[in-house]
Amino acid sequence: MIKSKITILNLILIGLIIGSCNDFLPLEPMESELLDGPMEGLNHAQTAQFISGDVAFNDELFHSGNGLGPLFVATSCVSCHAGDGKGLPSTSLTRFGQVDSTGNKFLHLGGPQLQNRALPGYTPETIPEGATYSVFTPPAVTGLGFLQYVTDADILALADPDDLDGDGISGVPNWDYLRDFVIPSPDAITKDRKYIHRFGKKASVYDLLEQTVDAYNQDMGITSLFDPIDTYSGLAVDPEISKQTIRDVVFYLETLKAPIPRNQEDPQVQNGKNIFSQIQCASCHLPEMKTGYAPIEALSYKTFHPYTDLLLHDMGTELDDGYTEGGALTSEWRTAPLWGLGLSPDSQGGKYYLMHDGRARSIEEAILLHGGEAENSKNQYVGLGQSEKDDLIKFLESL
Amino acid sequence: MKKVIFLFLLLLTVTVHAQIDASLLQGTKKDSTLKGLNMDAVYDRPFLNLGKSPVSVGGYMEANWQYIGTEGITEGHEFQMRRMTLFISSSIGKKLKFMSEIEFEEGGNEIVIEFASLDVEFHPLINLRGGIIMNPIGAFNQNHDGPKWEFTDRPISATQMLPATWSTAGFGLFGKTYKKDWMLGYEFYLTGGFDNTIIDNDQNKTYLPASKANSARFEESASGTALTSAKIAVRNTNFGEIGLSFMGGIYNTFEDDGEEVDEKRRLNVFAVDYNHTLPKWKTFITGEWAWINVDIPNYYTQHYGNKQHGGFLDIVQPIISKKMLGWENASLNLGCRLEYVDWNVGTFKETGYNIGDHLWSVMPAISFRPTQQTVFRLNYRIQQQSDVHDNPAEKTGGFSLGLSTYF
Repeated sequence: MIKSKITILNLILIGLIIGSCNDFLPLEPMESELLDGPMEGLNHAQTAQFISGDVAFNDELFHSGNGLGPLFVATSCVSCHAGDGKGLPSTSLTRFGQVDSTGNKFLHLGGPQLQNRALPGYTPETIPEGATYSVFTPPAVTGLGFLQYVTDADILALADPDDLDGDGISGVPNWDYLRDFVIPSPDAITKDRKYIHRFGKKASVYDLLEQTVDAYNQDMGITSLFDPIDTYSGLAVDPEISKQTIRDVVFYLETLKAPIPRNQEDPQVQNGKNIFSQIQCASCHLPEMKTGYAPIEALSYKTFHPYTDLLLHDMGTELDDGYTEGGALTSEWRTAPLWGLGLSPDSQGGKYYLMHDGRARSIEEAILLHGGEAENSKNQYVGLGQSEKDDLIKFLESL
Repeated sequence: MKKVIFLFLLLLTVTVHAQIDASLLQGTKKDSTLKGLNMDAVYDRPFLNLGKSPVSVGGYMEANWQYIGTEGITEGHEFQMRRMTLFISSSIGKKLKFMSEIEFEEGGNEIVIEFASLDVEFHPLINLRGGIIMNPIGAFNQNHDGPKWEFTDRPISATQMLPATWSTAGFGLFGKTYKKDWMLGYEFYLTGGFDNTIIDNDQNKTYLPASKANSARFEESASGTALTSAKIAVRNTNFGEIGLSFMGGIYNTFEDDGEEVDEKRRLNVFAVDYNHTLPKWKTFITGEWAWINVDIPNYYTQHYGNKQHGGFLDIVQPIISKKMLGWENASLNLGCRLEYVDWNVGTFKETGYNIGDHLWSVMPAISFRPTQQTVFRLNYRIQQQSDVHDNPAEKTGGFSLGLSTYF
């Protein structure tokens, strides 16, 4: 009798565990603490494609057996963009060989991107003698779909190349030619057969398709029908990834949610937001933008808060590496979106590596590296009291 | 080919049972929880003798239910038939023994000969072993039978850092000697080795188990050189058994068609293992720790580490050992497994900060053994794993409930 009771009790115990096992699992972090995840408003088919892109981006790891290299920078998307966030100096890439808008003079020597790693037995590239170069840490990839569908007209409206308003801030788009596989958006504006580019540290990439194709090819040595040129041989080879996978990754990047701000009710954060505008940070790090028409309904005609204007600005001599892309000057950098800034340490090993090459180890250090068109804002920041500085930093960390 | 082997073995089993009187199947009364030396594990298995035939057969199976999640994301209920393994052994003649172990995983999708060797006894201290050998690195690789363990999962360090079950074709010597409370054993083998995949794989990390996918290792060594495996173990009745083992050699293909295609790159693995049953409380303690050094090109990605280490410690405490639910020698046990693995020991060149890619896990367990050859076990895993950048660790947890039995 007792044995039967023990048996029944054990079975009930096991049943309870099975029935309530979800309660024993580690909790999911708050949505606002994560950069990854789909935006709201996707339908089932779009969600399925998002997941396919997610798998390709975060789970597909390349090796010689599936096309890696032989020259490469990284072995997967996720190895540089952990959690869809910013990367570190250890995952940075180097570009070399272009000093002005006349183009890259070192393409025949492996430019513009240095493939500094190689499969065993191969010799990686080195920077050719005489080539200037710049090191780029990987950017966060969230919210890119919103940036993609800002209209050219809106970007142009923000430009002030001759500083007509006299605020010391100009801002110009990066005009450049399209790659042959890139299809311009219907509302694209052209100038001398050049188009407004918007992605990348120098705004030298037209859209997320170009970014994705380039990353596979230049970062991982993975050829596709879009770009079949092998970075090692310089010759066209069979595609190592399907067009569909590329499309899925593009869709994934388009539909990753925008970073969710945190602690917005905190008075310190609110004060910091006011200071941000007062010292003219918001002149370039524009708090609000809107999309035009997008083929993905959830992205169409939306207002969002990226803290960028997608324009190039002269950042002064300290950030001038003597290298550039497209029509940008060597001292010009695209305004970095600040959304998600406070979550950077979650993908940067618990630390900050800011600015284009990760040289700034804190938000304050990043502010102090601003020069050129941002010199005035930096000086205003320096003149703030400590509590105001703290509030401003707290606001930036809340993004 | 796998299907053919599977059908052949199935047919053999059916035929054997059809042809002989079941009463002729004589079970050897092995208690899988009793210990000789760890190296005896392949002999310390329950077999059924087929009448007066020199052939013995046996095996074990493992099946689980698990519900595991990582930070709110779960695969849901998973019902798994992890593996079924068949042993076939034969006393071919005086001092000649053949033993084999064939494992079926993923419902028969993966069929592996894990062990198939001929042992020739010249002297207790000098025995020749040749065939497919389980390299004696650490303890778990040779002593991995599911029913011997109180945990549904194999140790992470043994399977995701070391490549258990790792077997290769080769030859070597082994032997044992006894004196009063002391027992000494050794093993030394030269076998085929690893290959380039340990630093060029879909795990994006130095990963010795990647070479298990290369079945060509049973025909040729990728490097054209031998992998050396050696182990020495000492057991004292009062203090338990400690083993020291080494496995090393050139792992990469540095020559192809007689032409040099790469530098020679070496792999070295050192391991220490220990097991003991405390006489008073019958507490069973077992564990192993291993260090791996791999020569990796300095121009390669830092995701692939040139140093790894990790191990596990199991503590199992029988709390009730008596007749239960009609089983004469049943036991109820509490246990806990502690695990740690660092797949990439070192610092980043650019920043000097520690490279992550490490994991720790604690797994409390309760197990019930109706006989010593069968175990029902309930585990809960608490695990944290950091990525290579040492970002905030991902938390994993969940239950697994499983059974494993020799048959």
